[in-house]
Amino acid sequence: MAGVNTEIALTHILTRKRQTIVAALGVMIGIAIYICLNTLVIGTNRYSDNAIFKTTPHIRIYKEDEVSRPLTKDSIQKKSTVIVNPKISNISKNLINPVKLLDEIKSQPEVTSAAQMVTANLFYNNGKSQLNGSGWGINIAEANAMFDIQSTMVDGDLRTLLNTPNGIILGVGIADKLSLKRNDNLSVISSIGVIKLMKVVGFFKTSNLVTDKGKSYMNLAAAQQLLGQGPSYVTDIYVKIKDPDQAPKYAAELSKITGYTSEDWQTANELFVAGKKIRAIMFAVISWAILLVAAFGIYNIVNMTITQKMNDIAILKANGFSGMDVIKIFVTEAMIMGIIGTIMGFLLAALIVNLLSHIYIGADIGYFPIEFELSVSLTGVWVGLLVTFGAGFIPARKAAKVDPVAIFRK
Amino acid sequence: MEKKVILKTEGIGKYFYDPIEFKVLDNISFEAYKGEFLTLVGKSGSGKSTLLYILSTMDTDYEGRLIIDDEKITGQSLNNLAAIRNKNIGFVFQFHYLLPEFSCLKNIMIPALKLGKYSHAEVEQHAYEKLKMLGIEDQALKPASKLSGGQQQRVSIARALINSPKIIMCDEPTGNLDSKNSRIVFDIFQQVARDFGQTIIAVTHDNDFAAASDRTIELSDGKILNQ
Repeated sequence: MAGVNTEIALTHILTRKRQTIVAALGVMIGIAIYICLNTLVIGTNRYSDNAIFKTTPHIRIYKEDEVSRPLTKDSIQKKSTVIVNPKISNISKNLINPVKLLDEIKSQPEVTSAAQMVTANLFYNNGKSQLNGSGWGINIAEANAMFDIQSTMVDGDLRTLLNTPNGIILGVGIADKLSLKRNDNLSVISSIGVIKLMKVVGFFKTSNLVTDKGKSYMNLAAAQQLLGQGPSYVTDIYVKIKDPDQAPKYAAELSKITGYTSEDWQTANELFVAGKKIRAIMFAVISWAILLVAAFGIYNIVNMTITQKMNDIAILKANGFSGMDVIKIFVTEAMIMGIIGTIMGFLLAALIVNLLSHIYIGADIGYFPIEFELSVSLTGVWVGLLVTFGAGFIPARKAAKVDPVAIFRK
Repeated sequence: MEKKVILKTEGIGKYFYDPIEFKVLDNISFEAYKGEFLTLVGKSGSGKSTLLYILSTMDTDYEGRLIIDDEKITGQSLNNLAAIRNKNIGFVFQFHYLLPEFSCLKNIMIPALKLGKYSHAEVEQHAYEKLKMLGIEDQALKPASKLSGGQQQRVSIARALINSPKIIMCDEPTGNLDSKNSRIVFDIFQQVARDFGQTIIAVTHDNDFAAASDRTIELSDGKILNQ
């Protein structure tokens, strides 16, 4: 049996359908915008994270340059002047015993994949024209698992590298500038002067112009040769973990395990992370502002109802309704408006998100990077109900304090 | 037969502070008995309405003691007082004070639904019985605002009676009614007091109404003049 308080609240609502609908529409718009904006933030963040993770690993393990230290001790310097000239020490950047290191990293529970890598600064030559860039020596299977290189290929196949030891895959920008086609030969010079003739087996295109104009992929062995090193020479190990947001934590752990420097992607892309934060704050402010406006709509209507119904409240109190009963009546009214508005807002948001996800943006992005996020929507529903409860409770508390004697004596 | 005291006041006094301190009730002590039709009379400003609101438990700012049905009312929490009003006290006001959005029937049912002693269907049945007793059962489903003044006052009496309270308190119950309707209201009160043993305490200006009641307490300047 519905309580008498609910019955009174329902009667009030039904005798003022128009006001109820207006308040509910306010909540609907507030909730819809709240859900849409937050879904948008998640969608675009996921897209840009994915774009970043096509070229940046979650964690990069490498040997940091060391600056040479003077051979003399401080105690001697006090007595005599010593001129020191610190420089980056000329130690090999090789990670020692990379296979064992790789196995060790892969055995960590959080790590989903790891790839060894040799990066070499290169000049690409075609006749007299010369371009500089960087060559990434990769283990094809490992690297593809991490960066999904195959999905960025516009010509050729990544697996061709497997049976072409001197094969190279170039960014489309390099190909354009040097007017290269597939199966053309290309002479490459490394920073230490090793020249190697390579065969173009394919092209890739990312959304990043700088990458497309300078980067190339080749077999690990080819990069090692370009740097004049043997097969155990590895400069970087790239690590992919289950939850990218936890990268800083595991980077510190991996650093301890391996003894080398570990750099998480957030540190490597501070500007990007800051941009993400700013976006999140901005959208949070906007969506909360709109929710507050909707809440004020409800507050206003409940407040007005209470002012109009002072007599009724006094009668109810005279007939034995307590302050709590009065609060229940008016909070119920607010909640009815809130629930109607929240449900409509939820549906409207689902519709808008669905429409947006069918908008075609362009070749690289494809469809608008948004999809329905259940958790965000449920948060939106909770927030909507919470806000309407507050908007009803504040004026209802005032109604509970109405002194019936003061009303009857007027 | 020994008369049972249903309501008792001991030295009730009350001050108004606005605009200046003023003692509106001074040492009011009286008893009301079960089944008694009691009227409070006095000139405007004599404090009779103020006294009624204290008796009604709605006004808690007074000195002295109020006892209803052997239970000390003074000092109880607001929630307890609301429950006591719901169960033991019915109200009839000068300006009928029905809830305009509700039908007459619903208006009568609301205090009983709040009490929660009977099911919805039983309460509806009781409400119909009261309407019948007051001769307005044909108006049951009309909105309260569509009724004439006399009819509205009868609906509010039905509402006061629905929980079979021990005491029914009235503030100028006939103040807004013509003589014919006043007569009807008076007869109802008399019948209720006589047949059901409920106590009526009514504030009135109407001398005929007061004269016809069982007992009249006259107030003057916040004091009981005679009882």
